[in-house]
Amino acid sequence: MKPTILSAFFALTAFPALACESFTVGDLTIDHAWSRATIGADRPGVFYVEITNAGASDDALIGIATPAAGMPMLHETTVTDGVASMPHAMSVPVPAGQTVQLAPGGYHGMLMGLTIALKEGDSFPATLTFQSAGDVTINVEVLSLRAEGPDCAHAGQ
Amino acid sequence: MRLTGLQKILWAAAGLALLGYGALLLVAEPTPAPLAEAPFRPNFTLPDADGRLRSSADFAGKHTLVFFGFTNCPDVCPTTLAEVAQVMDDLGDQAGQVQPLFISVDPERDRRLGLSEFTTAFHPSILGLAGDAAQTRAAADSFRIHFSREDDAAAPDGYSMSHSPALYLIGPEGDWLRQFTYGTPAPEILADLQSRL
Repeated sequence: MKPTILSAFFALTAFPALACESFTVGDLTIDHAWSRATIGADRPGVFYVEITNAGASDDALIGIATPAAGMPMLHETTVTDGVASMPHAMSVPVPAGQTVQLAPGGYHGMLMGLTIALKEGDSFPATLTFQSAGDVTINVEVLSLRAEGPDCAHAGQ
Repeated sequence: MRLTGLQKILWAAAGLALLGYGALLLVAEPTPAPLAEAPFRPNFTLPDADGRLRSSADFAGKHTLVFFGFTNCPDVCPTTLAEVAQVMDDLGDQAGQVQPLFISVDPERDRRLGLSEFTTAFHPSILGLAGDAAQTRAAADSFRIHFSREDDAAAPDGYSMSHSPALYLIGPEGDWLRQFTYGTPAPEILADLQSRL
């Protein structure tokens, strides 16, 4: 995608408190999608979100796609014997009746090959693919480098 | 059941041994448990972003907050550095008594990507250090921490770094004081520092 087009949707979708928006697909509700500002575009960005499965059957997040990054992948930070590593996660389980967080220090999307540096206040679309519920496109708000999560009135985060 | 003479002797011996052991437990001085975190003084000599060698002795008189990480790390490292930045802001007038250090475990790539650009984006007080492989290993060994390169096709350049994610506090004399495990909230780190300054 050309940088000009990309800048256009970044600008168009930039409005406050976007990370407090909810999206639904089937029995799933997707909340608090956010990313952290990056220093340039050479280092990977990150993607965090909260997924609630109100249904009676288990689902799983199996993929993420976004025009903001050429190679977005799911990863999980794990700490074993005091050493943190970040293996690739094939999928993130979203069990029936539960809320799963992609949050600092756990599951997260790693946005490799950023097409543009992520700036605080920007937002970008991301399409999440679930095993059962299928695809849903959400808006991801870019928060400050120091953010720990969005500040939403209804938030659990 | 009839016990043979030998069996009687053996049982008596076992009984005596048991009594003796019990008495020993009662009277013996408890042996001091080995301290899990015995005081020690980590030391390092590593170049900063400008290539100037900095060593642990340079920070004598200050508390140093040391984090080992790499700038390509999207999750753990920014989260921790963001907390360090918050702590430095909240220290106010006392901030000059604390020196935060970011020691790269991926020095070659971090130098290429920009070390000071990364650390100052979080807080101008954070000093980034990135040595060669031997200096980096020596620094990590002196802190008794682990890092290693993990091949990972799903990571930038085909590898990622695993590393100890804690934040280490070194006192003004160079003594290792404590560690803050990953995820320790900034106010907790701040309160601990304030109690020492």
